Amino acid sequence: MTKVLDPTNETEPAKIPRVDRPTSLDGLTVGLLDISKPRGDRFLDRIEERLVERGLRVERFRKPTFTKPAPVDLRHEIATKCDVVIEALAD
Amino acid sequence: MSQTEIPDLPDGLVAVVKQDCPTCELIAPVLGELAEKSDLTVFTQDDPNFPAEISNRILDADLAISWHHDIETVPTLLLVRNSQEIDRTVGWSRPQWERLSGVSELGVHLPDQRPGCGSLSVDPSLNAELTVRFGGSKLRGRRVEFASLEDTHEALFERGWTDGLPVVPPTEARVLAMLEGTTRSPEDIVATVPPNLVPCTVEKVAVNAVMAGCRPEYLPVVLAALEAVCTDGFNMHGLLATTMPHAPVLVVNGPIATKIGMNSENNAFGQGNRANSTIGRALQLVIRNVGGGRPGEVDRAALGSPAKVGFCFAEREADSPWTPISTMYGFPSGTNTVLAFPGEAPRNVVDQLSRDPESLARTYAANLISIQHPKLILGFDAILAVAPDHSRIFGDAGWSREKLVDRIVALTVRPGKELIRGAGGIPEGLPEAMADLDLPKFRPNGLHIVHCGGGAGLFSAIIGGWVNGEMGSNPVCVEIIP
Repeated sequence: MTKVLDPTNETEPAKIPRVDRPTSLDGLTVGLLDISKPRGDRFLDRIEERLVERGLRVERFRKPTFTKPAPVDLRHEIATKCDVVIEALAD
Repeated sequence: MSQTEIPDLPDGLVAVVKQDCPTCELIAPVLGELAEKSDLTVFTQDDPNFPAEISNRILDADLAISWHHDIETVPTLLLVRNSQEIDRTVGWSRPQWERLSGVSELGVHLPDQRPGCGSLSVDPSLNAELTVRFGGSKLRGRRVEFASLEDTHEALFERGWTDGLPVVPPTEARVLAMLEGTTRSPEDIVATVPPNLVPCTVEKVAVNAVMAGCRPEYLPVVLAALEAVCTDGFNMHGLLATTMPHAPVLVVNGPIATKIGMNSENNAFGQGNRANSTIGRALQLVIRNVGGGRPGEVDRAALGSPAKVGFCFAEREADSPWTPISTMYGFPSGTNTVLAFPGEAPRNVVDQLSRDPESLARTYAANLISIQHPKLILGFDAILAVAPDHSRIFGDAGWSREKLVDRIVALTVRPGKELIRGAGGIPEGLPEAMADLDLPKFRPNGLHIVHCGGGAGLFSAIIGGWVNGEMGSNPVCVEIIP
């Protein structure tokens, strides 16, 4: 991981535009992100079953802890592998 | 992540060594003797198997022990009680080692003393990294992380932080190393940078200087250049926002130019010299990243010029027939200065036949008249860069810079009727009311004659200026402070 110093005046947050929302999930890869809250995995297991039944490709991810933002490597991996992401907030 | 907790030393005798040190190799048997007769711990900086004689050895892999306990030389022998250092000796000296350890007749087959080697923890190539690791950062800027699988160079482009060429990633270690180039504090405000009028710290300049490819010793020049262009007189905002193509052109004078390896000779305006190529670029990156001045936004240049990437060179002072250009601004010869001039890209002037100063001055005047437009006068300054094959002609004839400037300006005087709108079938020109005046091309102190270039070639070059005076920019020369 490379960490650099921001060369700008920092008066504006770094803007990362969202991708457009897809009109259909057909042919897309769906990322399922477990944030490590209890029973989030059960919710996502069921979602995975339903998505796979529809013939979609599913990738599973898990944050080390729900108390912190996802590590930059994990965010990059999700962004690289998936078209959409479903994140489970559970307890 | 910086670690500031200081690791404790074990009690007893502590030796810090590295295998790559002949003195440490020499005294390895002494360490064996001490291990038998006292309580010795050896920290080794490089080879975990060194010294082979010692079982109680610990690899100081991240150099935390060495860095935190200020080990500058290996071997260093320390006496520690209750985790506190009582005494130390550096290098090998039998009397000192015997005194510190209380063990007599140490290393009887060895010479009495031998100086040590530099500790890895003070190795210049590791220093910045270790300062980041252990020192607690004095930098205030926002940290931005890129993923391991992300291409850092691509990520820097995507964030809009480059001028279209690759930049050096501004890691904390590199920025700290860059800041070693100045005595100024990282949080000092250097200037208020247009167009967004942002107060810019030394640290932010250092970040952009790293990105531009500068070495730390160039930083004082970049700081001075930024101060110069951010003055009211230079009017960086206007120069950036104009539809004209001009940019700050930086001319460096004084011994610093040679000291940091700047080029004032062959290809002085061209590629191949790191200082020339990166100092001007660092200034432009500050204006882009800190000031927010980007082409197509506040930068409205219709055509632009290669000078907008960065344009910096040194005056060839050593064999110049003239005093440095900085003397025009009241600085004594030998002062380190940077002149910021609002200029365009250079163009060549050929005269391979003139051998006397008068005819060469005529060549210059004929070319200089065409800056911006032959019928537009007084509104634009210029740099005339004279290469040695031309300057020699003036030197031999005893023409000072002032004499040459006065002669060129006199030769550019033309009757107003040739310059007014419509004259010569060209609508561009001066108002009709000026038809009866005789007018020179340049205002007083508008023409800047600079000596530079390689030793062969009967050429000079012109760098035309942007609108001068209150409506535009005045060139600004400032001293470079270390």
